[in-house]
Amino acid sequence: MGEIDLALVNWSRAQFALTAMYHWLFVPLTLGLSFLCAFFETIYVKTGNEEWKHLTRFWMTLFGINFAIGVATGIILEFEFGTNWSNYSWMVGDIFGAPLAIEGIVAFFLEATFFAVMFFGWDRVSKGFHLFSTWMVAVGSNLSALWILVANGWMQYPTGMAFNPDTVRFEMQNFWEVLFSPVAIAKFTHTTSTSFLVAVMFVFAISSYYLIKGRHVEMAKRSILVASVFGLISFFYAGLTGDESAFNNARVQPMKLAAYEGLFEGSEGADLVAFGIMNPNKTVGDGQDPFLFEVAIPKGLSLLGKREFNAFVPGVYDLVNGNAEQNIVGYDVKIKRGKQAITDLSAYKDAKKAGDAAAAEVSLARFIDNKDYMGFGYLEKPADGVPPVQMSYYSFHIMVYLAVFFGFLCLAYLVYGIKDTIEQKRWLLPLGVISFFLAMIASQAGWIVAEVGRQPWAIQNMLPVGAATSNLDAGNVMTTFWMFAGLFTLLLLAEIKIMLNQIKKGPEGA
Amino acid sequence: MIGSLDITVLQQIWWVLTAVVGSLFLFLTFVQGGQTLLWQVAKNDTEKSLVINSLGRKWELTFTTLVLFGGALFAAFPKFYATSFGGAYWVWILILFTFIVQAVSYEFRKKPNNLLGAKVYEIFLFINGSVGILLIGAAVGTFFTGSNFTLNQFNQVTWTHPLRGLEAAFSLFNLSLGLFLVFNARVLGAMYLINNIEFALAPEMEMRLRRFCLISLVCALPFLLYVLASLLLMQGFSFDENGVVSMVSGKYLANLLAMPTVLVLLLAGLVLVVWGVILTSFMGGFRGIWFGGLGTVLVGLAVFFTAGFNNTPFYPSKADLQSSLSIFNASSSHYTLTAMTYVALVIPLVLAYIAYVWYLMDGRKIGAEDISDTKAY
Ligand code: HDD
Ligand code: HEM
Ligand code: HEM
Repeated sequence: MGEIDLALVNWSRAQFALTAMYHWLFVPLTLGLSFLCAFFETIYVKTGNEEWKHLTRFWMTLFGINFAIGVATGIILEFEFGTNWSNYSWMVGDIFGAPLAIEGIVAFFLEATFFAVMFFGWDRVSKGFHLFSTWMVAVGSNLSALWILVANGWMQYPTGMAFNPDTVRFEMQNFWEVLFSPVAIAKFTHTTSTSFLVAVMFVFAISSYYLIKGRHVEMAKRSILVASVFGLISFFYAGLTGDESAFNNARVQPMKLAAYEGLFEGSEGADLVAFGIMNPNKTVGDGQDPFLFEVAIPKGLSLLGKREFNAFVPGVYDLVNGNAEQNIVGYDVKIKRGKQAITDLSAYKDAKKAGDAAAAEVSLARFIDNKDYMGFGYLEKPADGVPPVQMSYYSFHIMVYLAVFFGFLCLAYLVYGIKDTIEQKRWLLPLGVISFFLAMIASQAGWIVAEVGRQPWAIQNMLPVGAATSNLDAGNVMTTFWMFAGLFTLLLLAEIKIMLNQIKKGPEGA
Repeated sequence: MIGSLDITVLQQIWWVLTAVVGSLFLFLTFVQGGQTLLWQVAKNDTEKSLVINSLGRKWELTFTTLVLFGGALFAAFPKFYATSFGGAYWVWILILFTFIVQAVSYEFRKKPNNLLGAKVYEIFLFINGSVGILLIGAAVGTFFTGSNFTLNQFNQVTWTHPLRGLEAAFSLFNLSLGLFLVFNARVLGAMYLINNIEFALAPEMEMRLRRFCLISLVCALPFLLYVLASLLLMQGFSFDENGVVSMVSGKYLANLLAMPTVLVLLLAGLVLVVWGVILTSFMGGFRGIWFGGLGTVLVGLAVFFTAGFNNTPFYPSKADLQSSLSIFNASSSHYTLTAMTYVALVIPLVLAYIAYVWYLMDGRKIGAEDISDTKAY
């Protein structure tokens, strides 16, 4: 299957990361703000109070600006699987294509169709139908999250499929296993609930700014009240589903868990590092202490990962070198068996082509013995199987610290919102203004944990990124990387300017 | 129930579905056509606003149909998805670029403080309508003229031309198909705008639109004739019962004769488009888009069916005939096609609600109050 071109792999990864992270600047806002708009409009329809209508239309304007660029950055991702990860697309297209197509059929059309009503239908359809449309936009955007996250969940934990040596690809065996995989469910619930938090912080940020300036005070207070209730509920849900994600990692991606916890040496009753600074010079296998400084919660990690105080949690070394006591097979063995599997698969294909049925059967039998390790056969050495530990560790901890902050913030906004004293809390409002940026950081950090933490795998244990790329010269991808970087940055700047201008203008009729 | 169908039946069902989505996309390119007409038919700000707001209520639908077209190909014919997108890298990337810039242009153009200025966003729209559609046409043209790739025993693609797909645009046939689509989109765009706008504010624009509808058809005709004539005369790709691909002269003519329904679709489609133009340009009618749109869908179906049915590989390789992709060797497994066919049962429902919303929203034409609304584009 050819030599692996490192420059190509790295540019392809960089391009995917760039475009995905740009898309993710806009998506959380779409997911959450669409629901907030639906709440606001529902209150308007129930009360008939025109002020709620102005409020709804104000947030909808911001929603629309964000939505346009979210769509613009999304289309490229869909096609990037083909353009930049074509071996991947062929190897798993039989499974991975389905959720993408379903997303188009059931989600994107719902969004696109009702979006037009939501924006231009105020005088063209009845009040009730307009409200219905706003809800449909919210449902549609969250459905699109569902399907894409089912696809992503499957990459993290491939189930419901089998390898077919004749077509040389993985084929779907059970659609329901793919859809209802525990990883997919945790991903969907955690991603949506945290995206709601992001949108809540967006409303906090702008409303707090108005309160500080003493403008649009009524509207700001109303928005805060609705948003903080939504935020608090989302916060609890985010914590619950985040814990579920970590629990899943311990079972299906122990290396990722070890990386983001900075755990090199596994143990029974493993400690959880609550706060720590990692040793920047640490490399795999050099015997240095991974932490310069740490505060640990005894047995915390075993509880978190395995829900038992004394359970064994493997560290990076246990997974790479193997641990006979715990029945963990090391990477050197897996790599050897994987290389054997690749050789036998080639021999099988050659024998079949030559019409030698007997030889084909022998190779196939040998291949089947080792087929579960095929993905490891693309790795050169055991250390290649370790993701960037520090990046995973810091991203994870930043996300969790910020989560705690968001919880307090939602609570404070709710309490002072109900008491109607929020305007006077001059110490709190600036925190509200910056909260949106912190929420974006937490959300991006979450994806870094999820995606960087699973390196080198494009599909966990089955296909490393090095074997997933298209057969291109790295120069092509480098060029498109800079094209995307330039264009998206330009569009982002335009979006921010427009957004700020609209915020300065404030709601109409005020 | 669907699961008991033979895989070859499912493969054909999915080629039909792909053709339907692709043809609907071609119809919906009236948005792109309208974008390229903007400069010629709208002479002042009011007229521009009318055009942009009329198109602005539909662009997402066209865009989403393109996304679905990609998704459907990925799910049903993953080998095509991997081969074409990963191989003909630059055509696809450039097409996508033109759609990225389109997506923000409607929303951003009229907003104060938009960094680039209205003019730049209008240029984005023009590029999308011209370069974007031209390249899509060139890419579809390779269904007949073939591409430069080989597949190895693991089905990994190697592209054998340094331009990575852009070479498609240098074939006269592909180029003509692309230009035909560009002008056809303009025909459709003019018809749609005639149908959708209230011209009380812009009586002259109505006359211009009716004129450009005809002019665009006249411009499209030579390219259409060239494409049709070449199609009937050229050598085509064909595979036999063992899947061995060879070149056969008069292949696509033979396909049309072997599948008379397809021939009828093609001719009926062309007649409908022409009738739509006559209605719009000579008879002062407002319903031309219905005929032009339906006609375009029928022609689209005929193109896809000619390319993929009757033992024809729909994504042939010039570099290595035996690497050519057909609906039979490029498809997903029986299981996946079955699952996707169940999902496809909701498509009528989707079409129904789109039609219903369209009907509600277009009950009144785009007029003065729509372009003075604060939410207007
Ligand atoms: C506002 C954003 C935000 C906040 C406050 C949190 N998360 Fe999160 N987290 C995300 C935003 C996010 C995300 C962007 O939505 C991710 C990326 C991939 C995913 O499934 O969700 C994610 C991923 C993610 C993962 C990796 C999942 C995987 O690899 O499949 C874990 C283990 C957690 N989170 C755990 C937590 C915990 C224990 C939190 C504390 C309560 C927490 N997250 C708060
Ligand atoms: C929108 C939120 C997402 C963000 C911010 C994100 C972020 C990232 C990052 C940072 C990488 C680079 C990792 C590395 O190379 O070290 C990456 C890679 C990748 N991600 Fe995501 N990701 C997101 C969603 C998804 C989803 C939903 C999918 C699949 C459906 C996906 C599939 C991939 C693939 C195929 C790669 C390339 C292979 C790799 O480098 O792992 N990502 N992503
Ligand atoms: C890497 C994988 C991804 C791909 C291939 C992808 C694809 C797309 C495409 C093609 C669009 C435009 C749809 C249209 O025509 O309207 C889009 C928009 C959207 N996507 Fe993604 N997407 C990815 C990641 C995600 C993730 C992780 C989420 C949510 C969790 C998400 C949620 C959305 C939403 C809500 C929209 C609506 C527009 C907006 O963002 O404002 N996407 N995406």
